[in-house]
Amino acid sequence: MADNTTTAPLSASARTGLLAYLGISALVYVLMMLLGLLMRMGQAAWLGIPPNLFYQVMTAHGAGMVGISGLAASAVIWYFLQRYVSLTVGILWANLGFFLLGVVLILGGIFLGGFGGGWTFLFPLPANQLSGWGATGAACYLLGLLSIGVGFLLLYLDFARAIIAKYGSLGRSLGWPQLFGGSSEAPPPATVVAASMVLIINIAGILSGAVVLTLILANLFVPAFAVDPLLAKNLTYFFGHVFINATIYQAVVAVYEILPEYTGRPWKVNRIFLAAWTASTFMVMSVYPHHLMMDFVMPTWALVVGQVVSYMSGFPILVVTGWNALTIVHRSGIRWDMASGLLFVSIFGWCVGVVPAIIDGTIAVNQIMHNTLWVPGHFHMYLILGLVAMLFGFMYYFSNQVNRKNALDRIAFWGYVVAGFLFSFGFLINGYNSVPRRWAEYILLEDMQQWISASQSSAIFGAVVSVAALVFALRFLTSLKEARTA
Amino acid sequence: MQYTVFAVTILLMLAVTAAFAIVALNASRPAVEYAGVQEKSFSMRAKVFWALIVAGVLIAVITTLDLPYAATRGDVPEDAVSIGIEGRQWLWVMDEAEVGLGDTVVFNVSAFDVNHGLGVYDPDMTLIGQTQAMPGYVNSLQVTLDQPGTYSLLCMEYCGLSHHIMLSQITVGAEDPAEEVVPAEDEGANGEEGE
Repeated sequence: MADNTTTAPLSASARTGLLAYLGISALVYVLMMLLGLLMRMGQAAWLGIPPNLFYQVMTAHGAGMVGISGLAASAVIWYFLQRYVSLTVGILWANLGFFLLGVVLILGGIFLGGFGGGWTFLFPLPANQLSGWGATGAACYLLGLLSIGVGFLLLYLDFARAIIAKYGSLGRSLGWPQLFGGSSEAPPPATVVAASMVLIINIAGILSGAVVLTLILANLFVPAFAVDPLLAKNLTYFFGHVFINATIYQAVVAVYEILPEYTGRPWKVNRIFLAAWTASTFMVMSVYPHHLMMDFVMPTWALVVGQVVSYMSGFPILVVTGWNALTIVHRSGIRWDMASGLLFVSIFGWCVGVVPAIIDGTIAVNQIMHNTLWVPGHFHMYLILGLVAMLFGFMYYFSNQVNRKNALDRIAFWGYVVAGFLFSFGFLINGYNSVPRRWAEYILLEDMQQWISASQSSAIFGAVVSVAALVFALRFLTSLKEARTA
Repeated sequence: MQYTVFAVTILLMLAVTAAFAIVALNASRPAVEYAGVQEKSFSMRAKVFWALIVAGVLIAVITTLDLPYAATRGDVPEDAVSIGIEGRQWLWVMDEAEVGLGDTVVFNVSAFDVNHGLGVYDPDMTLIGQTQAMPGYVNSLQVTLDQPGTYSLLCMEYCGLSHHIMLSQITVGAEDPAEEVVPAEDEGANGEEGE
């Protein structure tokens, strides 16, 4: 069995690279939140946003949030993984280069090319003539996503190389000898197990995305090259579901590594932990049909699998990671600061956010909740209070800002948590009231007036979340110089 | 249905919140031995795990007994009213825009150009059913329209820059209640006819 001890300390180039990842992420999160706030204010009838601009902003907000979550989360797992295996710093930088190239193409495609096809670019919408954008704008957007995908593919292939070089196979790095073979050797560290799972699902997800992006790009310029819309939808949702889920499975290693430092209690890798991660590897890849429950022509068995796996996928989150976090923290004498506080909240956000997600994964419920604002309700809850809280918690830890006693931080913390919950809960109430998602405005019928008023309170909480995130981001950005030499 | 979903969600979210709040409030108290905490916690977890497994199996069985896919597989009630409906930017083109009160309606849904989503809203603007509309495919959505008035058909899948104005309506029974005023002796017969 491989030695689990840590490798060489973080090199200056790697530290600078990680700070670049996190600094860009902090900035982009705030900007994307402001775009989200703009949309909510438009739906609240407080801002007159032309529909074409609204949908461009919606596309940028979706792609931006998913992309930057991928970038920030990969920085977290890279930082901890390099403690155990030898990663390539050049590839860390190459990924950032492909990412930034992708951002330029995406922003150009949207705000210069007019593309507003939604971040999920459901075929055949990108090639649609009536939608107000040309093939060039759509192509720039799709090429931007491809560029980002190439960078991440390199990064995860480097993870695979480094892990296999040390552990021999991905089965061993997932702890299968301990899980299935009764091996008494020490299992791999939690971070290595998580990285193995993430690289498997994300390589599959990114390849699926690359296939559908390439097919749509070909169709843009050669319309006779037809793509089956249902096949395209399957490929898109497999990619999208896997990629966004993988972000939180990467960022959670910050909880595994940092909470034990605060509590003096180890995050033990036992057979339950290994079983949970192996199960999650397969469940994250097989659950995506829950996005297609309203595509009645899909095979019934696939949709039932989507429902059952949606439910099962809650077990590793609630009963393993969530439960373990509670156990480690309970009566531990933990010192609360911004890092430990945000990391603890992040597990709460993940656990509480999966509740409406799992419920919506029931076919009977999906029929009245799918594509209502219930859906952004659950994913905003586990992204704002889960993933993003994890990432900002890690930023406080990584930049050594945790020991600063600052009233502004504390106000921002509580503002973020309370307003983040209420903002997300506002979407759930909208979903309960059958309000459809991805609507620029609610002016079609008089009865929709109530939908506008519900959006108004949500916009207020969204503003508070954005301001709080700005405080977190500024705290990190102003510490960059100091953190570089830490 | 929406109310039940919302109530169950809130109850479960409250349970999760309570667990985290209790731990957070006790976390910074003087530390106790971890082995004892683990023993209690993992014993409780085993019980919760098995309770969730049992609940999960029951929920899976109960909720998959009646799936909304029968009409798409050709299993359409004999007395159902079938309406062909095609989504296109940005309206629904329908065979029929008026049905009787209490009719079981099967919408055979397709799309002309891009993906759309047919959402059927009752006169109170509550979503009662939906399906995707996709070029080259037909999804059949079966609903019972049991309220008199105007049902709205909205788009549930983002379909381009005027997605939010994509509306058609279907009338169930007489729209103006005044038109339904009938002599008292005729009410029974009228009701039977409606059934």
